[in-house]
Amino acid sequence: MQLETAIILDHRDYGAGYRLLRLAAPQIAPQVRPGQFVHLRIPRLEASVLRRPFSIFKAENGELALLYKAIGRGTTALSAATVGEPLSLLGPLGNGFPLDLPAGRVPVLVAGGYGMAALYLLARRLAAPGLVFVGGRSAQDILCVEEFEALGWKVYVATEDGSRGVRGLVTGPLDAWLAEGCAGRTPEFFVCGPNGLLEVIGQRAMARDWRAWLSVDRHMGCGVGACLTCVVKLQDTDGTWLWARACKDGPVFESRQIHWDRIEEEA
Amino acid sequence: MSAPDLSITLAGIRMKNPVMVASGTFGYGPEYADLVDLSQLGAMVVKGISSEPWRGNQTPRTVEVASGLINAIGLQNPGAEGFLKTYLPFLRRFDVPVIVNIWGRTVEEYAAVAARLSAAEGIAALELNVSCPNIKEGSKSFGSNADMFQRVIAATRAVTKLPLIPKLAPDVFRIAEFARLAEATGADALAITNSVPAMAIDIETRRPKLANVTGGLSGPAIRPIAVRLVWEAAKAVKIPIIGMGGIYTAGDAAEFFIAGASAVAVGTANFMEPATPLNVAAGLRDYLARHQLGSIRELVGTLAC
Repeated sequence: MQLETAIILDHRDYGAGYRLLRLAAPQIAPQVRPGQFVHLRIPRLEASVLRRPFSIFKAENGELALLYKAIGRGTTALSAATVGEPLSLLGPLGNGFPLDLPAGRVPVLVAGGYGMAALYLLARRLAAPGLVFVGGRSAQDILCVEEFEALGWKVYVATEDGSRGVRGLVTGPLDAWLAEGCAGRTPEFFVCGPNGLLEVIGQRAMARDWRAWLSVDRHMGCGVGACLTCVVKLQDTDGTWLWARACKDGPVFESRQIHWDRIEEEA
Repeated sequence: MSAPDLSITLAGIRMKNPVMVASGTFGYGPEYADLVDLSQLGAMVVKGISSEPWRGNQTPRTVEVASGLINAIGLQNPGAEGFLKTYLPFLRRFDVPVIVNIWGRTVEEYAAVAARLSAAEGIAALELNVSCPNIKEGSKSFGSNADMFQRVIAATRAVTKLPLIPKLAPDVFRIAEFARLAEATGADALAITNSVPAMAIDIETRRPKLANVTGGLSGPAIRPIAVRLVWEAAKAVKIPIIGMGGIYTAGDAAEFFIAGASAVAVGTANFMEPATPLNVAAGLRDYLARHQLGSIRELVGTLAC
């Protein structure tokens, strides 16, 4: 973890309302593991007192790429940042996904919306390709399918309006694949998306004694474990729960670690 | 002319510079230690500790507003034993005074945590958080009820020889009265001020943005409020005041010194730039040189009016 002043190399539309931000970050980029994030000081965001967390799309050759949609005040202000501009980064933060799979496991990535961007770095770093299940409201919410396919991954798409892939939720094609016996292999799940998606995948994994690594999305403050904004309930050894910090102890937790009946969906 | 002297002795505590961190904004030490040399802080003030571990509030716990942050963490902490076992040994590796912010739900709990921490080596002072809800006494706060305020200070004074620094609530009618009461009851210094009671509402759902409904506002939004409180209190007492509330720059800090503070603490700014306390200290040195002052002590309480 360190502070670095990165320089914007490229900043452009990526389609479907997304923006791709490429940064020269020679100190932070080589340290990044899939599932970690960077905390970014947004330029010209007047009256703001917090950094904003961003998952990492690509990290190679001393560069970082971030994929984001301008939806809030922070991301809207960021979208106006220009090539050559310095950007203060704090990172890499958090623990990330494990990369060493037990023998015989097939990685199964499940993404809701922009969760695809965060899982792409994982797909690049895992030893062998597996399967990706991605869901969204409509075709324009589905990102990066071609990028995953280029790495040799099999991609299943579901959209609520049926404009791409099968109509319905991402659990549709996933459950069909599970019902067919997972092609005779044991899946290891990696999930990035809304908390509701984490829960349904986590429950499927726990029911069959498989593992599901879940990237938890919480409101975040300091990013380093000091402010205790982004806490999430984990199982304690005595059957009760205890707080963990998504920024420092997470954001990736295995489904059995999480105290499911108390997880809250945040707006 | 040699470089201006930033060192101070406050309530008997020697500090290299007068810029501390505010409780709750720098964790217990390890959180920022990779980014900031803790030995360069004037003092390390840790997040509030109670006699027993405490889970705090549900989420959402913070919300960003214009020039500020409203927090309702709810005083989550590992308890006195957890702090002494997990964090104090780490902090003692640094050349920095450790000030422990303490709180309780009752007067007895304040005394219990003060007594337990006083038995440990390596703590320079106790800061009394008297702005938390008083469960035993109903909805009153220790910080806004003069009688309760005095009882907490007296009860902790009775069990510890450590310097006591009550942290005064901003939402009192006359802060000078609380400052005088604290001084008369044995306080060694005052921390002014705590976050300001506040709330924010989601207008689409019409729900509060914090699980706790209300919280405490910190950041630049409260700085002018805090400067005024320091000025009022400084006129009323002889014990030193640690000024805090939205300090981001050396200029912000200089305002507090001029108003009468002997030291300052940086809080919410740490979340954006963890090195802010060090930058503020360096900037104060430049400010003193520019104004041909040999020591930060020469700036304290120099308001021209």
